[in-house]
Amino acid sequence: MAKAVFQGIKVCDFAWIAMGPQVARELALHGATAIRVESHRKLDGLRTSGPFKDFRPGIDRTGFYSAFNTQKYGISLDYSRPRGQEVARRLVQWADIVTDSMTPGTLAKFGLDYESVARLKPDIIYFSTSQMGKSGPYGQFGSFGDVASAYCGFSQILGYPDRTPLRLHNAYTDFTAPWPLIVSVISALLYRRKTGKGVYLEQSQIESGIGMLGPALLDYAANGRISGRIGNQDPYMCPHNSYPCRGEYRWIAIAIGNDEEWCSLCEVMGRPEWRQDSRFSTFMSRKENEAELDGLIAHWTRDYPSEQLMAMLQAAGVPSGTVHDGEGIVNDPQVKHRQAFRWLNHSVIGRMLYNTPSYALSKTPPEIWKAAPCLGEDNELVYKDMLGYSDDDICSMLVDGTITTEGDLPGTRGRPPQ
Amino acid sequence: MLCRQSFHHWLRKTMDSDKPESILRGYRVLDMAEGGCMMCGKTLGNLGADVIMVEPPCGSPTRSNEPFYHDTPDPEKSLNWLFFGLNRRGITLNLNSEEGRDIFRRLVRTADFVIESFEPGYMARLGLGYSHLNEIKPGIIMTSITPFGQSGPYSHYKATDIVGVALSGMMSIYGEADRAPLRISAPQFYMQGGLQAAVGTMVAHYYRELTGEGQLVDQSCQQAIILTLMNVAETWDLNRTNIRGHGPGMITPRPKPHGPLFTRSIFPCKDGYVLTRITGSTAGNVASTKALVDWANQNGYMTELKDFDWSALDAHTLHQEDSDHMASLLEEFLKTRTKAECLERAVKHSIMMVPVNDTRDVLECPQMAYRGLFQRLDHPELGQGESLPYPGFPVMMNGNRPKICRRAPGIGEHNEAILGELGITSKHMFLLKARGII
Repeated sequence: MAKAVFQGIKVCDFAWIAMGPQVARELALHGATAIRVESHRKLDGLRTSGPFKDFRPGIDRTGFYSAFNTQKYGISLDYSRPRGQEVARRLVQWADIVTDSMTPGTLAKFGLDYESVARLKPDIIYFSTSQMGKSGPYGQFGSFGDVASAYCGFSQILGYPDRTPLRLHNAYTDFTAPWPLIVSVISALLYRRKTGKGVYLEQSQIESGIGMLGPALLDYAANGRISGRIGNQDPYMCPHNSYPCRGEYRWIAIAIGNDEEWCSLCEVMGRPEWRQDSRFSTFMSRKENEAELDGLIAHWTRDYPSEQLMAMLQAAGVPSGTVHDGEGIVNDPQVKHRQAFRWLNHSVIGRMLYNTPSYALSKTPPEIWKAAPCLGEDNELVYKDMLGYSDDDICSMLVDGTITTEGDLPGTRGRPPQ
Repeated sequence: MLCRQSFHHWLRKTMDSDKPESILRGYRVLDMAEGGCMMCGKTLGNLGADVIMVEPPCGSPTRSNEPFYHDTPDPEKSLNWLFFGLNRRGITLNLNSEEGRDIFRRLVRTADFVIESFEPGYMARLGLGYSHLNEIKPGIIMTSITPFGQSGPYSHYKATDIVGVALSGMMSIYGEADRAPLRISAPQFYMQGGLQAAVGTMVAHYYRELTGEGQLVDQSCQQAIILTLMNVAETWDLNRTNIRGHGPGMITPRPKPHGPLFTRSIFPCKDGYVLTRITGSTAGNVASTKALVDWANQNGYMTELKDFDWSALDAHTLHQEDSDHMASLLEEFLKTRTKAECLERAVKHSIMMVPVNDTRDVLECPQMAYRGLFQRLDHPELGQGESLPYPGFPVMMNGNRPKICRRAPGIGEHNEAILGELGITSKHMFLLKARGII
C-alpha cells in the first residue's frame, strides 16, 4: 500500500460553512491531519441546517455539516477570548496550513489573520477565501453561495425566457471555488518544499464562478451579445431537452447533435417516417419546429420508465440520460461502480454517505475511514496528544469556557434533543 | 549523462522556483483534451507549465463551437476555443498514423503530464495508454477525463452537457414546478470535470515530487458534478427526501405535517431582478433580514414587520402562507429600487442581497476591475488593435494573480518550434504536412 499523499501535512481549519472546509477535506482524504476549529458560542451555520437525522435538529445531527468535514478532527475552542487565542496560536504553530473562509476581517479581530500568524510561523501556508475577495469596494461583503451565484451571472442564464431567473439551490460558487484553491494550496506546499517559504493565498469565490462563464463573457466582449434564459435549448442540438417519463417527477434528457442521431431516435421511437418529414429532416427544420417536436417526443417518452428509455436510446447511440434526483445518484450503477459514495459511521448520525474525490488515482487511492466529527469530539486527542496540554490545563480550560461545551449554546436552538 | 534537451529542461526547473504562481515552470504538458475538459491544461498553464495542445491536422473539434468572434464561423475565431485554449502552444499531429504516433512518443519523452479526453480505451488502442506512456517516460502522469470514468456500466455511454448534468443530479434541482427540469445554459459538465481533474493531477504531481512515481488520474465528470450538489445526496440519505427545482426560491425539506418550505428569493426591481430572502434562525441570516427590513421601513414599506424578532423565525415551523406574505411585502418595496441601489445598500449594511447580474454587468463590475480579474490579451490576428478580456485565475498568491501567459494557439502555430526541438527539419516537416501527419 502506497503512503498517503499528504501524510504528515497538518491543517488548522478555521474555515466554515460549505466552501472553505472542502479544501481541508480534500487534503485530509489524501492523508493530511486536519483539525476543524469551532465554537458552541458561534456555530458553523451548517450545524443548524438540515438534513438532520430523522428530521430532528441538533448540532451533531446534520448531514449538511458532515458532508464537508470528512476525515477531520473536531475541537471546540472559543478564540474570541484571550486564553482561546493563546491556544489558537499554539495550533497555528503546529500547523503547515491555516484556512480562513470568514467575512474579511473576522479572524484579524482575534489576532489570527495572515500577518499575525506569519509572525508566529513565517513558513505558514495560509488562505483567505471570501465572496468578493478581501480588497476592493465590495471587499467586506459576506453572503452565501446562492447569492454569489446570482452575482456571477448564473441565475440570469438559468430559467425559461418567459419566467424569472432562478436561484441555484446548490449555491454553485461554493463548488466552483474549492478546486482552484486546492490546486493553489498544493502549489504552495511544493513551493515551500523548494524554498522553505510560506505563501499567502487569497480568493474571491465570485471570481471562481465568473471563470466558469468564460465563453459567454467573450460573446459579450466581442459581439455585444448578452446571454439570457433559453430553457434547455442549445445552439447546435435539436431536439435538446428533458422529457417526462412514467412515474412522478421522472424525466429523461435527450440531446441530438446530428442527423445520424436523429435517425436513430426516430427508429427507437418507432417513427422512421419522421426522418423524411420536412418539419424535422434537417437540423434547421427541427430547430424551426422545436416546440412541436418537443411535444411529440414528450408524448412518446411519457409511457416509459426513464431508465428503460435510456438503455434503449444509448444502445442505439442516442445521447440520453435519466434526470437523476438525490435518490437517483445514490443508486446509480455507474456511481456505485466508482464508489463515489462511502458509508461511514458517525457517532450520532450513524451510518451516512460521504463524498469521495471525483478522480480515481491508480497508485494512491484515498483511504477514507473517519466520519465528520461532532462538535468538540476530538478535544482530548487534539489538546492532549497533538498540542501537548496536560489534563489540568484541559480541565481549567473547560471550566473557564475556553473549550466550549453544549452549555455554551446560544438559546435553545441547535441544542441536541433530549 | 544529460543530453542538451534535458539539460535545458533541468535548468528551467531549477531556475524558476522563486514564485509559487510559477511552480510548474519547466514541466511540460501534452494536452489532447477537448471543450470544457481543457480547463485542466489551462489551469496547469496558469501555474507556469509548458502546455502543448496536440490537435488533429484539421484542428480541434472545440474550434467548431460557438460563440464565434463577430459571429464568423471559423476555426480560428471560436470564442470557445480562445477561452479554453489559453496558456498553451499548439501543434497538429495525426495520431491515427504510425508516423504521427512516433512523433508523439518522442514528445512524451520530453513531457511530465499527458491529458486526454478521448473515449475510454482509445489511447490504449493506439498504443498510447498509461502503461505504454510510463514505459516511454517513467514517472509520467496521465490524466484521462471522461463523462463517467474509464470503466463501469456507463463508460461507453454517449454524453453531452445536458445528458451529463441530468445523470449527475444537477438538472433535478433546477426548474419551475410546472415545467421540465433545467440545465444552466452555459455548459458546466465537462468544465467541472476538467477543473477537478486539475486537482487530481496536482495531487498526483505532489506525490511524484516525493517519490518519483507517476500514475493515472481517471476523472469522472459525473462525479465532478455530484460534488457540486451541496446537500442533495445527504438529504436523500438521511431524510429520504429529494430536493427538486421549484421556481425562484429556496426549498427547506421538512417532514409532515409542514411539508417543504419554499422561501422566495428572486424579486423584480426597477431595472431587473435582485436575489435576497427573508430568513431567520442563524446569526448571519438574522442580521441580514433585519437590515433589509429596516431599509424598507425607512422608506415606508413592510411596516407591519417593524421590530419583528427575526431570530425567532424558524424555517422548520414557519407556515408557507406567512413566508409568502412577507415575500409579497418585500416585493412591493424592492420594485421601487434599482439593482445598483440594492447592491450599494447590501454592501454597506451587510444584507445578503445582490443584483441578478448579466455578462455585461460582470464585465463592468467595479469590484472585479479593482482586483484585476480580467486580463486583456491582444488579438492582432482578429483585427488591428483588437483585444479581448479574459477572466484570470481566481486565487492570488502572495498578492499576485497568476498570469494568463499566452492566448490560445492557432492551428499548428507552434509546429516548427516544437517539432524542430525534436530535430525534425523544415524539409521533413513539409513532407509530414503533405502527407497529413501534421
